[in-house]
Amino acid sequence: MKTFDYARADSPEAAVAAGGRFIAGGTNLLDLMKLQIETPEKLVDISRLDLAQVERREDGGLTIGALVPNSDLAANAHVVDGYPVLARALLAGASGQLRNKASTGGNLLQRTRCYYFYDTAMACNKRAPGSGCSAIGGYNRILAILGTSAQCIATHPSDMAVAMRALDAVIVTLKPDGDRRRISIHDFYRLPGDTPQIETDLEAGELITHIDLPPPPAGQQLYRKVRDRASYAFALVSVAGIVSVEDGKIASAALAFGGLGPMPWRDPAVEAALIGQAPSDAVFAAAADALLAEAKGFGSNDFKIPLTRRVLIASLRELTGASA
Amino acid sequence: MHFTINGTVHEAEPDIRASLLDVLREHVGLTGTKKGCDRGQCGACTILVNGRRINSCLTLAVMHQDDDILTIEGIGSADNLHPLQAAFVKHDGYQCGYCTPGQICSAVGMLDEVKKGWASHVSADLDSVTLDGPEISERMSGNLCRCSAYPNIVDAISEVAGA
Amino acid sequence: MSGTNALTMDKPTPTSLLDTGAQGIIGKGLDRVDGPLKVSGSATYAAEHAIDNVAYGVLVGSKVARGKIVSVDADSVRGLPGVIDVVTDFETFARNPQQGGETTAPTQGVKDVQYFGEIVAIVLAESFEAARDAAQQLTVAYEEAEGRFDFDALKGEAEKPAASDQVPPHFSEGDIDSAMANAAVSIDVTYTTPSQNSAAMEPHASIAVWDEHGALTLYGSYQMPTSDAQQLAKALGVSAKKVRIVAPYIGGGFGSKLGIAPESVAAAIAARTLGRPVKAVMARSQVFDATVRRSNTEQRMRLGADASGKLTALGHETLTSNLPDEGFFEPCGIGTHFAYAAPNRQIDHDIVRLDWLLSGSMRAPGEASGMLALECAMDELAEAAGIDPIELRRINEPESDPDTQAPFSTRQLLRCLDEGAAKFGWDKRGKAGTTRDGEWLIGMGVAAAVRGNMLMESSARVTLTRGGQAIVETAMTDIGTGSYTILAQIAGELLGLPIERVSVKLGDTDFPPAAGSGGSWGAGSSGSSVYLACETTREQLAKAMKVDPEALTLKDGEAIADNRKVSIGELAGIDGIVATGTISPGKQEKVTKQASYGAHFAEVGVNVVTGEVRVRRMLGVFAAGRILNAKTARSQCIGGMTFGIGAALTEDLIHDPRNGKLVNRDLAEYHVPVNADVPQQDVVFLEERDVHANPIHAKGIGELGISGAGAAIANAVYNATGVRVRDYPLTLDKILDGLPAL
Repeated sequence: MKTFDYARADSPEAAVAAGGRFIAGGTNLLDLMKLQIETPEKLVDISRLDLAQVERREDGGLTIGALVPNSDLAANAHVVDGYPVLARALLAGASGQLRNKASTGGNLLQRTRCYYFYDTAMACNKRAPGSGCSAIGGYNRILAILGTSAQCIATHPSDMAVAMRALDAVIVTLKPDGDRRRISIHDFYRLPGDTPQIETDLEAGELITHIDLPPPPAGQQLYRKVRDRASYAFALVSVAGIVSVEDGKIASAALAFGGLGPMPWRDPAVEAALIGQAPSDAVFAAAADALLAEAKGFGSNDFKIPLTRRVLIASLRELTGASA
Repeated sequence: MHFTINGTVHEAEPDIRASLLDVLREHVGLTGTKKGCDRGQCGACTILVNGRRINSCLTLAVMHQDDDILTIEGIGSADNLHPLQAAFVKHDGYQCGYCTPGQICSAVGMLDEVKKGWASHVSADLDSVTLDGPEISERMSGNLCRCSAYPNIVDAISEVAGA
Repeated sequence: MSGTNALTMDKPTPTSLLDTGAQGIIGKGLDRVDGPLKVSGSATYAAEHAIDNVAYGVLVGSKVARGKIVSVDADSVRGLPGVIDVVTDFETFARNPQQGGETTAPTQGVKDVQYFGEIVAIVLAESFEAARDAAQQLTVAYEEAEGRFDFDALKGEAEKPAASDQVPPHFSEGDIDSAMANAAVSIDVTYTTPSQNSAAMEPHASIAVWDEHGALTLYGSYQMPTSDAQQLAKALGVSAKKVRIVAPYIGGGFGSKLGIAPESVAAAIAARTLGRPVKAVMARSQVFDATVRRSNTEQRMRLGADASGKLTALGHETLTSNLPDEGFFEPCGIGTHFAYAAPNRQIDHDIVRLDWLLSGSMRAPGEASGMLALECAMDELAEAAGIDPIELRRINEPESDPDTQAPFSTRQLLRCLDEGAAKFGWDKRGKAGTTRDGEWLIGMGVAAAVRGNMLMESSARVTLTRGGQAIVETAMTDIGTGSYTILAQIAGELLGLPIERVSVKLGDTDFPPAAGSGGSWGAGSSGSSVYLACETTREQLAKAMKVDPEALTLKDGEAIADNRKVSIGELAGIDGIVATGTISPGKQEKVTKQASYGAHFAEVGVNVVTGEVRVRRMLGVFAAGRILNAKTARSQCIGGMTFGIGAALTEDLIHDPRNGKLVNRDLAEYHVPVNADVPQQDVVFLEERDVHANPIHAKGIGELGISGAGAAIANAVYNATGVRVRDYPLTLDKILDGLPAL
């Protein structure tokens, strides 16, 4: 870890004015700083800002303070009642200790767990732009099959963000100039392309203050995570699903995926294949086809393609009550 | 800066880069909290800050001004064991002992979470929790034990929790 | 009073004083005597000794896999605040850890880089934070060279390793090829196992302190201080008398701390250079990169049997890997030599030379990997022959050591299998792929456990004080195995003292030299040394009481004989009684085949959607001589069984074939089992005494629990799914293709 200046902010406005890297829970940032993958010159401690409430809005939606710890969010009565997919996703992630420290805003900004990103002796375009991608042609079991580029095949590691994407979350920010922005989670993350080091739409010094959720969606909700250990492991594949069935037909569907891409993945084609259809394995298979049409394995992660197909079909059966 | 550790106010001027774990071990001399990975991947460094269990390796000491810190040394001593500590001895909930303080601190925090009604990944219902073996296992999975006293750890915690 | 008592195991010891002790504590599942210290955080591990004026050392690993160091630019970091110096010593630094029990220096010399992460320098600073920063910024220039990194590509160049005292590299009798050709039923299959890391929770750590007379005290995390001190002395070029290792508590070892590792040599050299104590703790990534791994293996199994299931051919040919000049090879066939007999056998080991980090002993070297192949191959043969797997083992139970025809000192393998089968409900096992519970395919598997028993020379000193306290001192260690407790139980039983009146002091080379912890020999060896010392103490007590030792009953601190009752403290006299016992291996390990045995049963669920495997139940039934403490022995076994879960399902240390570098060098991606991976586990011990093993009649158990455990799980996965995966670990991607269509 390189040394840095440290300042504690006492308001969001002061935080953005301080001009530094924000630290809240720190569970990802400090790990990366220890390895000198992140080397901020200044840390602005936002951990004590008054942004740790979950509030129900008049429209029935939720406004979640960016500093709400993951464990508190998972246990929040509004979340449990209206957004079980989010509670389940949070509880599927990390450990009790980490969830107690990790913040909602920070969770969205987690960086990839790609082995080579973490290994400063190896080339990585995300860590050192232009140095190359060691994962392509290397060991890539946990890495992406969708949205990859010739420069990067990293995955986004969050579970929470996958549920947020299925829930159409909106990320509310404060910029150093005092402007506020509302960014749909669908626009928040960037594909790697030629700039894998740029992961989100956030501008320099822009602070996430809240995450807004629309009113609870209709239908069944599910979060299913597949991993190598029974607990305390990142997703190989995960599915956040929200599906409603009316009059025997799928009326609405929101499906987002973890472990597949550089961002929590959501593809309108999947939902288009479902909506208006009577639930059946053939329909589910068509949805899987739509999801995986562009999927590309890199050797040790090829299995994610058939695995995702199976998990999606099983999840849709559960969400629609259809049997095999 | 100062913080309260196990009921006593401590003054410290740590390196700005120092983790809370390193300050406890190297500056305050409380070596009961262990460093197993220094990266939040093993749980050996688990302590309670303001009543919540966290990984002390992944937090800067400087961010804990005025916080109330509880380490294994504050939970009980060798001649005055906390019920969880006594249960770990009785059920052999350890072998080498290195992960043990973290396990016990984690268990203290975990039982409090259960008391608050927090569900876990394996809870069938998100709003009602019955603490059984699988619940304890899931909730304690952030604490690795390579000697693998896991079944004994579950037994020890079950006894104290009345589960 | 003082005395010594030495015994070489040249003949059996038909009786043991432990069977006639009056105290009644031997074998009991007493709580660990070190328990309160451990649960309160007051047991002191290597990096935790309070040493004044200590400098923090952070190790620097090579960032190339093969080549030469051109320069270490200390000036690149000397100016950073808090940095004291950068120390390297190209000739003296340990390139590799040393293997356990060796009394020579480890391979030294780090100018020549032989694997990625080789420790090339140590940066010293006034704080850990400053040292860590400087270590990351230190400029090291390399001249990179080509290396050998790809096991699969280099398999064809495997060579026969040099002779080993563990197992002959090559062994054959009869004609296996024609036996296979003529067998009524046969299988010829190849299993692979990956490299593994011991992943003890405490990283390797050393604090080096030199005194003004040139003597070194090293507070370390080492399993075998007696030989480790000799290794360190040789590495540093000082007399062995000048090196003391102190290791009262060790945060797990599992083989990784048998021999000294690079941090001890670096800390010692740095401390000598600086003239002040140095603390060096390996980062977790360095434990992965630069200590020792269990070798990956490829094992061809050839089993042939006649129509009755009797083995006619038994082939176990292993390919393993290690650095070019290292002698160790993973002895996968070691258990195969005596598990089953066949007239035609071939048990070979060949080694692929790779520029990967050192391979060496990890918990049950040989059996742990070898039985993953052997016991699955037996399962495959049973399936092919249409014979129940337990019956197949019964049919092939040898009457004596197949190699030497020596009798087994004890062997209760079949009883372990039978008792286990009854307890586990083996009769409820269905045909492969036929049992389902919702989304889960359910299966059961069985495997035999065999693990050779060893006795090592070991000494202990027992002081019986005037106050009626016993103090046991030996350079033995307790790495979590329970040594503190079982040695206290042995001394308490023999001297008639409640366990509270026995204090055990371990892990210090100032105490009598001892075997240390490894190879499951610790309890038998150090326990026997304490036994022998106490035998002498008893004789002296008898003498003081003027009775025959046989007439003496010792209980609760009192000696009873001849209708008299005297406090043993009083008998010990003002100077107490100091007795030293030494046990040495002898002819018994040649004239009998000594091993411990067991049977593993596992029930797994395999998710029909994803292929995820979860262990639902495990049972181990073991026969390992006298069980000294039922509680700690059970813990040792469940620990081994869980290593079996990791080996079967999750642990896979990946070397990048492009540069030999470890890919998953952390605990997030090297998956040791977590609590939720481990079900409740049952352990049953069969009553047994092994009079050929040692005077306490106990044998090793620390490694028995892992031997075969993973195979039982793999066999259960087969039974659940009908999919036979021969490439460990059985991660879901290998099972997926064989699952039924959704």
